[in-house]
Amino acid sequence: MALQWAFIGFMFLIGLALPSAAIIANQIIAPRKPSKTKSEIYECGMETVGETWVQLKGQYYIFALIFLIFDIEAVFLFPWAAAYDKLALYMVLEGVLFILILAGGLLYAWRKGALEWV
Amino acid sequence: MVDLFSGIDQFLKDLLIGLGLQPAFVAVLLKFAAAAVLGTISVSLAIVLIWVERKLVARIQDRLGPNRVGPFGLLQTIADALKLLTKEVLIPDGADRIVFRLAPLLVVASVVAVWAVMPLAPGLIGSDVNVGLLYVISIGAVGTLGVMLAGMSSNNKYALLGAFRTVAQMVSYAVPMILSLLVPTLLAGSMGMAAIVEAQGQFPFLLLAPLAALIFLISSIAEVGRGPFDLLEAESEIVAGYHIEYSGMTFGMFFVGEFVHAFTISALTAVIFLGGWQGPGAQAYPLLGLLYFVLKTSVVYFIVIWVRGTFPRIRIDQMNAFNWKFITPLALVVLMVTAVVDKLAVGGGFTRLAFHLSANGIIVLLTLVALRVYARATRQAQQPAEEIPSPVQQPEAAGG
Amino acid sequence: MTVEQVLFLITGAVTLIAAVMVVTSPRLVHAGLWLIMALAGMAVLFVLLENGFLAVVQVAIYIDAIAILIIITVMLTRAVMRETEPQMNRLWVLAGLGASMLFAGLMAIALQLGATAPASLAAVLEPEAGLELLGRSLVDVDAFILPFEVASVLLVAALIGAIVVAMVPRGGASAQDGR
Repeated sequence: MALQWAFIGFMFLIGLALPSAAIIANQIIAPRKPSKTKSEIYECGMETVGETWVQLKGQYYIFALIFLIFDIEAVFLFPWAAAYDKLALYMVLEGVLFILILAGGLLYAWRKGALEWV
Repeated sequence: MVDLFSGIDQFLKDLLIGLGLQPAFVAVLLKFAAAAVLGTISVSLAIVLIWVERKLVARIQDRLGPNRVGPFGLLQTIADALKLLTKEVLIPDGADRIVFRLAPLLVVASVVAVWAVMPLAPGLIGSDVNVGLLYVISIGAVGTLGVMLAGMSSNNKYALLGAFRTVAQMVSYAVPMILSLLVPTLLAGSMGMAAIVEAQGQFPFLLLAPLAALIFLISSIAEVGRGPFDLLEAESEIVAGYHIEYSGMTFGMFFVGEFVHAFTISALTAVIFLGGWQGPGAQAYPLLGLLYFVLKTSVVYFIVIWVRGTFPRIRIDQMNAFNWKFITPLALVVLMVTAVVDKLAVGGGFTRLAFHLSANGIIVLLTLVALRVYARATRQAQQPAEEIPSPVQQPEAAGG
Repeated sequence: MTVEQVLFLITGAVTLIAAVMVVTSPRLVHAGLWLIMALAGMAVLFVLLENGFLAVVQVAIYIDAIAILIIITVMLTRAVMRETEPQMNRLWVLAGLGASMLFAGLMAIALQLGATAPASLAAVLEPEAGLELLGRSLVDVDAFILPFEVASVLLVAALIGAIVVAMVPRGGASAQDGR
């Protein structure tokens, strides 16, 4: 069991190591001639004016929050689905009730206009 | 031939123990070697995948694609990789150096780590944890994190905007993806990937849950950010979005990560909905199972490329509305209906198949009816506005 | 010193250092990234405790949803890319003393409990059976059905509250002209 998770850890580390090797190879092979123009920030050929900071809209926060709510819902539902074979019908209906309550939340968000891309 | 993979495993173990190493250490070492081989193969696949995609998209667009470098242009990707290797890596002024370098690593690592739980053949799976499906979902979102880091650390307004829009898109489409993955979980009764493949011995889940398969494929294509959903990296729109400031192999790693991600979701669709290594004779000959897996993945990858070459790009507000107002409610309905129908369909085999297919068919019919009603309502709401420019009309038309 | 103990010490050290860096980092964005490392350390600790499901849940909820939400919230404020003032005020010695006393008290309680803890609980269940038992008990009438349904109501309440507070164009608290 622990060996399975060790494999996952190894794969993640190898996934970090392979692109590092490619990037390090690139930095060794490629020329390195830094100049002022090259390190400027790209803005379609013009100079950047002002600080590099844009204030985000609150809409991104709402999308991330709705994703959070549905993520937690899915985490509750995965054990329910994994135990599906051993559940009676009323237990399945209780899970359906759970989903219906959350669908009601989504409907509220829809009607309030929280799902529009402004 | 029956236990080919465990035979190889046993042979290597005996070899290494014979050299005098401890058994526990040998097991860990073999796992590490297997992880290295699998990781290297999955990243090097990008060389073939990029060539396949360029040729196919070219043929769809009635042109030839790369055909100069090597026979049939097979060495084109290698030439491109060599070019990227010789480009200077530029880090813009004021960029956060450590985070800037970390971002492409995270994007590639999140894709490679999915292959750890992929069942390639009967008995050949890297890590048979019983939470495989939830693991796939959570690791996929580490890639979202990498995209956000890339945008934030570039010290560039457009990279920042592009990164947050990409993150909003990936996060939005993760919701129907997660909901549609609950359907094969309850049909198979387990979250483990090997168990899901083994539960498809009779029918692939594509037949039992076609709508869930379609929703998973569509939302995965949107997650990867390709196909008709590639507004945020299209060159005519925001000039490469979150990876504007990346050059050389750092950009190459984002590029490779995207193609391998597309192949990974094709493999996931093949495993979860098409039956993975299942096929006639797969249990007896594991290599045949591996062949079936590769064939099914290639078919799904071809469909993904086909979709990319055929559909026009959709706008960001259309993409948003499509997700929250169509796909997510549909996924919720499919989940609830499948859960209830599978309990009501007593008796396995063809009875269960008939129940599920008819339930899915009813959902499709109701969706089409709902769409027609919605389209008619929208058209009627727009009608009075259309009649206004022509004032010389009958009174009843002006009244709407 | 078994391998697991070494791994636990390393993971614990990484998590603690990341947690300290979260509160002392001058740049908010860096604090968010250190938070992600601390949460990942906790996921590894769950794996060491032989509970794969909770480790994956930790990554899926904390790192994928909550950390991204926190970083987006940080980006909604102004002082993101700039260095802020030093993170400690004059009373940090007193605060450190209080925290150490709290830590000593918790360790005393934990070490006392360790000697009498029921060792049989986690070791008996196979992971697969544990997950099915969890799923069954979530909907079992004698077990956790009421908290299960109340959790969904709680989630919807959180959703409604957040929409009411953060809605932009209909007169919410923050009306921006962002893009």
